[in-house]
Amino acid sequence: MDSVIKFLSQNWSEILIKSWEHLYISLAAVLLGIIIAIPLGIVLTRVPKIAGFVMGIVGVIQTFPSLAILAFFIPVLGVGQVPAIIALFVYALLPILRNTYIGVRSVNKGMLEAGRGMGMTSWQRIVHVELPLAVPVIMAGVRLSTVYLIGWATLASYIGAGGLGDYIFDGLNLFRTDYIIAGSVPAIILALIADLLLGRLERWVTPKGIRNSKEAI
Amino acid sequence: MLKFDNVTKIYEGGKKAVDKMNLEVEKGEFIVFIGPSGCGKTTTMKMINRLIEPSEGTIYINGEDIMKKDPVKLRRSIGYVIQQIGLFPHMTIRDNIALVPKLLKWPESERRARAEELLKLVHLPPEYLDRYPHELSGGQQQRIGVLRALAADPPLILMDEPFGALDPITRDSLQEEFKNLQQSLGKTIVFVTHDMDEAIQLADRIVIMRDGKLVQVGTPDEILRNPANDFVEEFIGKERLVQARPNIQTVEQIMNPAPVTISVDKSLSQAIELMKQRRVDTLLVVDDQQILQGYVDVEMIDQKRKKSYQVGEVMETEMYTVKKDTLLRHTVRRILKRGMKYVPVVDNDHRLAGIVTRANLVDVVYDSIWGEENPEMTGQQEG
Repeated sequence: MDSVIKFLSQNWSEILIKSWEHLYISLAAVLLGIIIAIPLGIVLTRVPKIAGFVMGIVGVIQTFPSLAILAFFIPVLGVGQVPAIIALFVYALLPILRNTYIGVRSVNKGMLEAGRGMGMTSWQRIVHVELPLAVPVIMAGVRLSTVYLIGWATLASYIGAGGLGDYIFDGLNLFRTDYIIAGSVPAIILALIADLLLGRLERWVTPKGIRNSKEAI
Repeated sequence: MLKFDNVTKIYEGGKKAVDKMNLEVEKGEFIVFIGPSGCGKTTTMKMINRLIEPSEGTIYINGEDIMKKDPVKLRRSIGYVIQQIGLFPHMTIRDNIALVPKLLKWPESERRARAEELLKLVHLPPEYLDRYPHELSGGQQQRIGVLRALAADPPLILMDEPFGALDPITRDSLQEEFKNLQQSLGKTIVFVTHDMDEAIQLADRIVIMRDGKLVQVGTPDEILRNPANDFVEEFIGKERLVQARPNIQTVEQIMNPAPVTISVDKSLSQAIELMKQRRVDTLLVVDDQQILQGYVDVEMIDQKRKKSYQVGEVMETEMYTVKKDTLLRHTVRRILKRGMKYVPVVDNDHRLAGIVTRANLVDVVYDSIWGEENPEMTGQQEG
């Protein structure tokens, strides 16, 4: 225990830097996932015939071992942060995509018809009706992805992306408990904080009128 | 205003929902489409704002072919009220009401003013504007649904069973309120329902549909008096046809013209004796001019007999009456709905003319079923 405290007091600034790298990789992957998966999810609700097919493929990718995916990108993109972010992004896709698709699909059909009947264009229906009503479900997907990715980002250290994984793998190789703890505890704390903040964000972006009544979606 | 010219709709798979329909609707007219489910009434209505496009034929609004208009602009110029209210739960009442004005890019201040102005029409206080739909009762929500359709002041409004999800009492009051609103605003309304009472109460003209075809088009009176065929007759229902029979039109014709009465200055013992003698439990109280004052029943006499002596002291003056020239079908519905045992009939000076009891209603129904024209009146206030 003494050695852990000693290690922390000597290396705290480096731990902070590693934590930041870790967070950076994870959030970049989630952000990329949001940018791709939300529009894709909405598009898929317009073409339900191919939606099942696309979701199936994404679902299969999700089952690939994460280390395998990370390794797979090395011959293509080399080592470093970029391939790590892209590999993690692949994992972020499914929860966000699936929740966007389900959230938008489950918006009450009567609402949509009312919107159409009153003269909303399809774009206006997406922006003013479908997205606001699907926000709680979409946000749940984003939250899930983020927490997963902060965990998986430890593996990114294997392909030279840095992050808290560096400590964990060094600790495993050198049989140094203090290294392992210095890597894993901040990773856990990061995941918990991210979950907490995203929970707040979820509530904040949910329109006031549906915060307390879920019957509309 | 609105014209259907040989309009046909065939769905994928060959089902003919609407078959060569021709119909013209006047400006300011309240037209109600009615028929069993699957008769094509909703399809017909949705073709007007192009939620469904006709397969053949043309629909004209003010002489313009709607297929030549931009569907989005067309829909913004037509009010639309849907079945399950369809207010947007994430928008305030203000934003819901002012939705179409917003789509039409009215300035913010004008939208706010319009929402406030409209809310006054349905007698809701302005603080409702900042509430959300889930904070309102079903009846209030549907009032907002109607206001939303009125927001951009469209001349034509489509309504798809708007009151269907409401409880009977709320529905009744909303129908009345809405009919008044429609008449004062002069809107043309196309209304779809499967409730015949609703159609009779609201419509200027009723369109009865079956299997995509028009079966009969006419005013409620025309349809009730001369149903075109067995289908219409059955659809209207025996009870309503009876009430609309041409030879029985007013309350006067079926009432008992000699109800048991007592004058205000008689004593309670005289009253109870009269009840015993005539086998009734209620007496109508009149003054010497035969003007109706109230009623006494056996219960009231029993409670007050120790303290009071005169009929005038114990009688109840609050009572529901009808004028003798009231149409029968309006009265019958009230009597049945309110569960009343009898209704006194008065003339214009509130002079007692007779009484309608549930027994009288039985006579009317009996006559119609067995076809006997028997004008003899029986029954008293025995309820």
